[in-house]
Amino acid sequence: MSDSTPTPAQPPVPKKTNRIGLEMASYRGGKTTLCAGCGHNAISERVIDAFYEMGVDPKRVMKFSGIGCSSKSPAYFLNPTHGFNSVHGRMPSVATGALLANSAMLGIGVSGDGDTGAIGIGQFVHLMRRNLPLIYIIEDNGCYGLTKGQFSPTADLGSKAKNGVVNDLPPIDTCALAIELGASFVARSFSGDKKQLLSVLKAAIAHRGTCMIDVISPCVTFNDHEGSTKSYSYVKDHDEPLGEISFVPYFEDITVEYEAGSTTTVKMHDGSHLYLRKVAEDYNPADKLSALRLLHETARRGEFATGVIYIDPDQEDFIGTLNLVEQPLAFLPADRVRPGRQVLDELMESLK
Amino acid sequence: MSSVSPSTAPADAARTVPVTNDFSIQIATVNGSGSQTANLVLLRSIFQMGVPVSGKNLFPSNIAGLPTWYTIRANGRGYVSRKKEIDFLVAMNPETAREDVLALDPGRSVVYDEPLGLNSLRNDLIFYPVPFDKIVAEVCTEAKLRRLVKNMIYDGVLAQLLSIDLAEMEKALGKQMGKKPKAMQLNVAALEAGKKYAADHFESKHPYRVERMDKTAGQILVEGNAAAAMGCMFAGVTVVAWYPITPSSSLPESLIGYMRKYRMDKESGKATFAIVQAEDEIAAIGMVIGASWAGARAMTSTSGPGISLMGEFAGLAYYAEVPAVVFDIQRIGPSTGLPTRTAQGDILSTAINSHGDTKHVMLLPSSPEECYTMSMDAFDLAERLQTIVYVMSDLDLGMNTWMAEPFAYPDKPFDRGKVLDDAKVKELGATWGRYKDVDGDGIPYRSLPGTPAPAFFTRGSGHNEMAHYSERPDDYVKNMERLLRKFDTAKTLVPSPVLEASSNSPVGIIAFGSSHWAVEEARDQLREELGLETSYLRLRAYPFSPQVEEFIRRFDRVYVVEQNRDGQMLSLMRMDVDPALQVRLRSVLHYNGLPIDARSISDAIRGYEQAQ
Repeated sequence: MSDSTPTPAQPPVPKKTNRIGLEMASYRGGKTTLCAGCGHNAISERVIDAFYEMGVDPKRVMKFSGIGCSSKSPAYFLNPTHGFNSVHGRMPSVATGALLANSAMLGIGVSGDGDTGAIGIGQFVHLMRRNLPLIYIIEDNGCYGLTKGQFSPTADLGSKAKNGVVNDLPPIDTCALAIELGASFVARSFSGDKKQLLSVLKAAIAHRGTCMIDVISPCVTFNDHEGSTKSYSYVKDHDEPLGEISFVPYFEDITVEYEAGSTTTVKMHDGSHLYLRKVAEDYNPADKLSALRLLHETARRGEFATGVIYIDPDQEDFIGTLNLVEQPLAFLPADRVRPGRQVLDELMESLK
Repeated sequence: MSSVSPSTAPADAARTVPVTNDFSIQIATVNGSGSQTANLVLLRSIFQMGVPVSGKNLFPSNIAGLPTWYTIRANGRGYVSRKKEIDFLVAMNPETAREDVLALDPGRSVVYDEPLGLNSLRNDLIFYPVPFDKIVAEVCTEAKLRRLVKNMIYDGVLAQLLSIDLAEMEKALGKQMGKKPKAMQLNVAALEAGKKYAADHFESKHPYRVERMDKTAGQILVEGNAAAAMGCMFAGVTVVAWYPITPSSSLPESLIGYMRKYRMDKESGKATFAIVQAEDEIAAIGMVIGASWAGARAMTSTSGPGISLMGEFAGLAYYAEVPAVVFDIQRIGPSTGLPTRTAQGDILSTAINSHGDTKHVMLLPSSPEECYTMSMDAFDLAERLQTIVYVMSDLDLGMNTWMAEPFAYPDKPFDRGKVLDDAKVKELGATWGRYKDVDGDGIPYRSLPGTPAPAFFTRGSGHNEMAHYSERPDDYVKNMERLLRKFDTAKTLVPSPVLEASSNSPVGIIAFGSSHWAVEEARDQLREELGLETSYLRLRAYPFSPQVEEFIRRFDRVYVVEQNRDGQMLSLMRMDVDPALQVRLRSVLHYNGLPIDARSISDAIRGYEQAQ
């Protein structure tokens, strides 16, 4: 107390926030209960990064899932967001209803390869047809984790299960299916490719329409062995990235330098830009046929292409198709949804 | 037929006693032949003469080519349930004509297409042969229109034979045809030609006639499904998801028509609703649950097979406590066969639809008016109770034409239930838990996405009262017991039963839904023919309110009338009612696919009572 000279107050270290003033903590979720090293956890991390970097208010988001290991993961990101862990294979319908009720929200759904490709293939097909504005992530490990490692419909022909059983049916390519059916943003990525997955997710947030993102996400417990085509080592060896992806959101004033001729630029609906560099000359991500040919050709070589495979930034989404009013249907006041007495009188008169 | 004596005595006897405003007409045609307009014109013309009517369509599961029967009942006392006996047959279908004629009681009348030669089948009936093809050729020069116009000729013939005012038929035709002058002209000519042919060739030998009354003034004619659709619109529904299934489809289809006309936003021209024809019933209920979870008033409409498909989601909605409105327009069982025939066969399977311990609220409309009001009740109850509310209609109620007083404009504001708003967030503060019973009624507060209220993560069975993931036995039991408390609260909120008590009745009757009209008539039959007074409790909802048990306690015998084989409602009562009272319950069942009739009920009760 001898020193009467006050020490100057230390200014608090400013916490790092995003463009809407939120800290990373606002985007985190609960503690994961998935296996250590599970690809799904890496995907949750990238979802957190993407929403943070894009500056999306978590209160403007709704998250959905079906049933399975994958479908637990919405509990592990965006805690301030309403979430709905629904029933097996039926997340698309729940998400559809919720987004019709409140089209001002951004929807993200997480499914698995069994949840989508087997029990949920019907709802998946019709979701793609409607082009509902929803980010639909398949956490794809080619097997059922929660029920101990059975093959799923995305397991490759000849792929070996942990117990030695060889898969004798061809896989469903969810990306090819989604393109065929009408999804307006179709991508494939790898849970281990941080940079690419983050760019894909950020572009998906900027897109208006169904974003179908198949993320190969190895199952460390049941499908990470020799003979599996969804193991970390196999995926690393056979991943064929479609050039380099960079995403520049509308709110960032960045000039991207690229060599003319080798870069495809996609202007997104909200003014953001997606740059696809060093892609093959005969490949055009805005062309369905070109995208489908790419998928088939890489599959024939035993590789899989990753990146944004198909995109149509201008395709009408389901909210537009249904011609919905701007305000969320859920919050329309009574006087806009209960017609007046004269309407009932008119109806009664017509029945007399 | 050699055993039938060639006497015309029954017909002569009938002629001596005129029967006014009390008969049934059955028109037998081929599905897809366009007879519906003619049938509705006939129904409406009698209705316009002030005589109570009902119209029931017995149709096959087929687009065209299979037999269909339309039955009209006219009854001055106001009975509108199906009459078991056919008094007047119009036989237009060669395929069924023989069987239809052989099934008639002696003394009844048959209008038939002359080439069918039906008069040789029996000589105890009154036959009116009409050369339809010949008459239609004179009226209608365009061959391709003749098939449709031909039907209007039988209306003209019946106008003459039953003393129906042709002007009323023309008025009814105008209502059907709208602004199509050419079609109107052609059909009026057919009506007139039919009437003229009958006047020139027949002398009425039957006793049946229509005479003007004043019992339908101001009333409307409507199908239950259309009434329910109106109820949904006035209930402020905003999200509808459905999958086509008979006999439910006309509900959402009517709704689409009303919403496009009356629910487009005036300023923007955009829709204040989303209606989705889903890929199946599972997706339909999933969309409804998603929409309701996000705060919309959402509904679907289906029939038995759809209810089965929705089972898994129904359990999720029960456990996660998400509101939803589901119409079940009941019909006979699975797959191919009798999907176009009526039944009350989904009572038990719907009440406990899903896996695990699940119980659902069901509303039981018995008239188009209740289809309308209970649609609005259903949305209020679903949001108040945060659970699925099923509206259990049936094919007879939903698709057939019923008289009703014009519907009243709703006088209550919407009940949107316990939703966290700013004030409630302040009041409950950080102590809010999604599944906490704050008010002691078992109903927690929910928060909606897109509002400032705190979020929660929705799951099925595994959660504690803070909506955190939990597999703890005590959390599960606590939650299940609260859900039971909520079901007890439901008993106080659902529409109460309607009691019609007689002071000196030894027996009670319990019924619900479309059986109501036949029960009313059966009670009159029992009183008038047997001197048996009955008291009657009409159920309007499940869970049962305490009045149900009180009613059973008052009588030695209580007949539970329902349209299924296994006494499903009675089984539900057994789960809830004092076991000592259960011996008093006995079933009166009707399940042949036809709408229930009064005689079947009064005969069954008479048999039981006489055996006492």
